[in-house]
Amino acid sequence: MIGGSARRVEDPVLLRGRGRFAADSTVSGQLHLRVVRAGVAHGLLRGIDTTAALAVPGVAAVWTAVDVADLPPIDFRLTALDEQRPYRQPVLARTRVRYVGEPVAVVLASSEYVAEDAAELVEVDIDPLPAVLDGSGDVVPWLTAEEASWGAQREIAMGLGSESAEIRLEYGDVAAAFAAAHRVVEVDVTIGRHSGVPLECRGVSARVDPSTGVLVVDGAAKVPFWNRDAIARMIGWNPRDVHLREGHVGGGFGPRGELYPEDVLVPLAAVRLGRPVRWIADRQEDLVSTNHSRDQRHVLRAAVDETGVVTALDGQFWTDQGAYVRTHSATVSSLTASMLPGPYRVASYRVSGRIRMTNKTPAGTYRSPGRYEGTFARERLMDQIANELGLDRLEVRRRNFIPVEEMPYQRPIQAMGTELIYDSGDYALLMDKLEERFELARLRADVQRRRAAGECVGIGYGWFVEKSGLGPYEGAEVEVDTTGAVTVTTGTSSVGQGVDTVLTQVVADVLDVDLDRVRAVRGQTDRFGYGRGAFATRQSVMAGSAVLKAAEAVRVKALTVAAEHFEISPDDLEVVQGGIQVVGNADARISLGEVAALLEPQHANRLGLTPGLLAEEWFHCDHMTYPYGVHVSVVRIDRETGGPTVERYLVGYDVGKALNPTLVEGQITGGVAQGLGGALLEEFRYDEAGQPQASTFMDYLMPTMHEMPPVDVLVTEDAPSPLNPLGIKGAGEGGVTAAAACIASAIDDALQSPGFVTRTPVRPDLIRAHLATTGTHH
Amino acid sequence: MTSPTVPLRLFVNGDRHEIQVEPRKTLADALREDCGLTGTHLGCEHGVCGACTILVDGKPARACLMFAVQCEGMSIRTVEGLAPDDETLHPLQQAFWDNHGLQCGFCTPGFLMLAAGVLEENPEPTEEELVEALSSNLCRCTGYQNILKATQCAAEAMRE
Repeated sequence: MIGGSARRVEDPVLLRGRGRFAADSTVSGQLHLRVVRAGVAHGLLRGIDTTAALAVPGVAAVWTAVDVADLPPIDFRLTALDEQRPYRQPVLARTRVRYVGEPVAVVLASSEYVAEDAAELVEVDIDPLPAVLDGSGDVVPWLTAEEASWGAQREIAMGLGSESAEIRLEYGDVAAAFAAAHRVVEVDVTIGRHSGVPLECRGVSARVDPSTGVLVVDGAAKVPFWNRDAIARMIGWNPRDVHLREGHVGGGFGPRGELYPEDVLVPLAAVRLGRPVRWIADRQEDLVSTNHSRDQRHVLRAAVDETGVVTALDGQFWTDQGAYVRTHSATVSSLTASMLPGPYRVASYRVSGRIRMTNKTPAGTYRSPGRYEGTFARERLMDQIANELGLDRLEVRRRNFIPVEEMPYQRPIQAMGTELIYDSGDYALLMDKLEERFELARLRADVQRRRAAGECVGIGYGWFVEKSGLGPYEGAEVEVDTTGAVTVTTGTSSVGQGVDTVLTQVVADVLDVDLDRVRAVRGQTDRFGYGRGAFATRQSVMAGSAVLKAAEAVRVKALTVAAEHFEISPDDLEVVQGGIQVVGNADARISLGEVAALLEPQHANRLGLTPGLLAEEWFHCDHMTYPYGVHVSVVRIDRETGGPTVERYLVGYDVGKALNPTLVEGQITGGVAQGLGGALLEEFRYDEAGQPQASTFMDYLMPTMHEMPPVDVLVTEDAPSPLNPLGIKGAGEGGVTAAAACIASAIDDALQSPGFVTRTPVRPDLIRAHLATTGTHH
Repeated sequence: MTSPTVPLRLFVNGDRHEIQVEPRKTLADALREDCGLTGTHLGCEHGVCGACTILVDGKPARACLMFAVQCEGMSIRTVEGLAPDDETLHPLQQAFWDNHGLQCGFCTPGFLMLAAGVLEENPEPTEEELVEALSSNLCRCTGYQNILKATQCAAEAMRE
């Protein structure tokens, strides 16, 4: 069962259209909330006239900042830097708007249609100011002392500039390495602004259950336990009286599930107005309100010796944070800095990352946060080193790999508050296996032959190390009822990735029951005490391990009871097909349901056991696991249009141990699509006034089936993690990590112009302009 | 500002629904709110993503781009009507399950209905034709590979 490619337990409901997504439940008497958003990127808020909106029949309330003046800003969840607190976002703009799409007012009305009509009648008077749009330019004044004090919730005497933080990491002797370098190689590259864009827009519903006084919030995702506490704190309730429920979630990828202004306004309105309230975003507001991501510029310098070995890496990067610092605080930039050296030894390292405020939608994490960006920059640099030294691109990488003998390998820096120790890995072996499995020598020869025949086609590579399994804990309860049906309850979340299936597989494996006898319960804050959430590719590692422990504890308890029952040693019993039987005598058998019945409280008491066939166990881990992989792509370019076509895509990824290989491959292939989108298509562009140019799916282009090449995945299990009992490393992000790096490398190769790609997305017009200047188009 | 409602008769999955709607109400909203069929999902409300794809008189259509009142008397099929009964899945649903053709499942009803419409019109499409047709919907999770594979398997099963 563990390691088997079981079909997903989630699917039948979804296939029949019976899922419960955020917009799928309504209750009578519900009010619909509509957000009035800023139409300019930067300006002083002079006044808001709500008279006309309030006069619309069916409108129950219209709120502006004064109505929610008692609410603090939305707090940080991860990697909280104190110096960034002044830059936090209010749920409704107070004195100034800072991006197009910022909430300035809300309308609550009897239907979505009426709420939208009334919202258009809210008159917002804004004095426009120039928009700051360059994330790596000069630092400019950003917050007044009053604004800074409010954001930080403490007195700050002076205004603050647009650099909200700087991340610095260093080890070794960088200066000495550069002084002794054979050569210094430099790149200046930018990764564009794009994001996860789940297909389901955000949405939240809330109501106070009049019979219990409990505030029930539907539409939670990713981190319901943290959000439960945050909402309770912000509106002044006991966490006990606030219950978040996760239904079906239409994709997560990082942005979805973080605490946004609407997630606070909807419960607050339900409490204050005494009526159920719901808000469902439309696509346009989702694209300007949900976290953007990426958007980093990197200037990297490498000191290299004659053989292409990087003796030191000196990096500077700038993250375009957008208008506020949201729940992730410095997470993305911090991860960029920690993970930038990737699979390479890099004896000395220094990096400075500056988090800059601009008048754009705020940014946060997106699948492989910080690594997609850093991998693009670092792998561009590795290609550049190969080019300048006249070496093969893969050979340069091999010469810099951390060798297997040096595992576990500690880089003397931190990642997400943990020591950065690559727990296991054999990078050269994975490269060898990929070469063999996909006959890369033949592929390269084929590309070369086609190019010689006049085609514009190239092959590219991207190597990377991912991280997964961020602790510090996850728990699980496994309970068997008197019919033998099993419930596994955890504090995990599902954003559609199949966590129910893998946790079910673990239980089914340990108790030897069919998958359909197990029900997974998660994302319900009243059903479990703690849960850290669905991010950082952590759930299989953390919750999977906790579930394994809990299921094993249930098994031990069942064996104890059965041993008592048969008056035999537990050593002479085995668990078979949902029951316990005497070894070698299938007739002496008791089902798990019968064991559960024997653990009815009175009887359990007589046995000296706690009631019920159930166990709760916890898994703790202070270090992350580090899966690793390589992407290879073949890209053809149309010389007339400059349009790139990715013809083939190969991924090699070592996950230590795959709980369900089909799901692992699904994660990787889906990641490749998102990575390809960021490399070639997707971009949140702004005009010079700060107006978003991609606020519909006509302008924000995501890959369709047409743009996707066949993706072949080689999943290996050569480096199990020593940090958890199953040896798992997470699989959620490795499909995306090196996509931009790899496709850029292939485009350079196709054009025979090393170093051409310096920014993503690599649009056809950029390629066409390059073809025009080099005179290679026909 | 609410406009007066008009009576409307929709035939959905063989059932007759007598409903009252504002003329401006989209077919998607009417199906979801007035007929209680929430399997038709809204991902963009401007006809790009295809999550709301349904069959109107046998042809795939975007339910977000039609007004409910345009469909008076027409035969509509949604994902809820795809499976013959509670025990059996439609070959497309079965193939999506067998081939891991879905992850979050939000786009799935739209893809199923699109594929159903395509295969009913052309039971033996080439891979190129299928890619062309299925490229009209968006999926953000799977990378499409398994959606294509599932549709090909279903086409085969449906021909048998």
